Amino acid sequence: MMLADAANLHTFVDAFHFIADNPGFLATKALEQLELAGAALLIALVVALPVGVILGHLHRGSTVAIGASIAGRALPSLVLIAAFLTLLGVGFVNNMVALAVLGTGPILTNSFDGVERVDRDAVEAARGMGMTGSQILRRVELPLAVPLIFTGIRVAAVTIVATAPIAAIAGGGGLGDVIVNQASYRLSGVLGASLCVMLLSALVFVALAGVQIAVTPRALRRTSVPGDPRRKETL
Amino acid sequence: MSRLATGPVIPNFGQGSSCVTGDHTFCWDWVRQHWGDTLGPALVQHLELTAIAVVIGFAIAFPLALLAHRYRKLEHPFGIVSALLYTIPSLALFQLLIPFSGLTVTTVEIALVAYTLVILFPNIVAGLEAASDDVLEAAQGMGLTRRQVLARVELPLAVPAIIGGLRIAVVSTVAIATIAAVLLPKGLGYPIFLALREPTPFKTEIYSAGVLAVGLALVCDFVFVLLRSVLAPWARKGLA
Repeated sequence: MMLADAANLHTFVDAFHFIADNPGFLATKALEQLELAGAALLIALVVALPVGVILGHLHRGSTVAIGASIAGRALPSLVLIAAFLTLLGVGFVNNMVALAVLGTGPILTNSFDGVERVDRDAVEAARGMGMTGSQILRRVELPLAVPLIFTGIRVAAVTIVATAPIAAIAGGGGLGDVIVNQASYRLSGVLGASLCVMLLSALVFVALAGVQIAVTPRALRRTSVPGDPRRKETL
Repeated sequence: MSRLATGPVIPNFGQGSSCVTGDHTFCWDWVRQHWGDTLGPALVQHLELTAIAVVIGFAIAFPLALLAHRYRKLEHPFGIVSALLYTIPSLALFQLLIPFSGLTVTTVEIALVAYTLVILFPNIVAGLEAASDDVLEAAQGMGLTRRQVLARVELPLAVPAIIGGLRIAVVSTVAIATIAAVLLPKGLGYPIFLALREPTPFKTEIYSAGVLAVGLALVCDFVFVLLRSVLAPWARKGLA
């Protein structure tokens, strides 16, 4: 038992050595992964955000929004990546599309929820002031929906960054390349890259939490602290 | 055709029909042939991995949530820890546990349980807080002790939220368990890994295992919806 423990400790020491010995290589891989994740997030945003916001504004299509969130959770990333691989071939595009699909669920659901659940009284008041539908959307509903919308974007971003290493199985590049290639990098490399992946997604999480606080209208800030345990996972 | 030309490696698609050897979009005959030795066992293993993780996760999350409910100060630290835990990529977590527990089911379950905790804990806490102040006051007015309030008022009212949490936990665990195949030849992820390892990915195997994984998640979800309508018929239809 003692022996095993000493060996374990050793593997981790080796992992840190691997990180210390290959900072440039790991940074390149991390950038590759961020590039992939960024492109996927961008696509997910462009597709899901307008749909969610408009459906929420019209108070229609809750089935679409709910369906997207269930599908988003039920579709295993590995299945998505493998399935798109058979359709689009190995490489960046396949992985980008698969990851974008993963990000669509939380963005669509939260932007729908955020706009749909804006206090009806506020909307009525705006209408009474003579605002048109699009003015209500831009000046009342969207600002009030920012916390929920951004939570959706943050969840999507973290999901995408955290899933991106799996894309390596389908030739996606990034730190996942090292993780799935123990034959070349040995366990120390695999563990080192795993630690970097963890650090990377934690950084993305923290950075976006900061951005979220910054973009939230001041009056709403108290209600949207990231990591708030009362922030129930919405399905 | 080109596969034969690339070398002596003959893809292990099973000796099969022209559909299988030609890697057509979907070959029912392959599914029939390999249900018994590949897909069926993988499905059962997947269900086992998921069930164990959710049961253990619930057994840990429930007392923790009661504790956090009793001592409110604990709630926020627990919440932050669990939110950070969820950012750990599954692929990385599986690998980082290898030095401790090796290439075993234990390693897989530790990771899966960790992810269920992140989902179950906040949902149970939220459920326990679902009782409105009026209801709590009425319960106190009736002379219920703190423990009685918990057992007779707060817990029953928490049932919809708890089941809601279990739904999400089960569905995400089914999804994450596919990644377990990087460590173990178990679960529905394994046939997919094998198919990806072929010179050209074998479509039928990917699609059939993928459909089974998604189907398993949806069936599990439906079971909990039924459970909720039995245990908490007052809960609003649709999504908790």
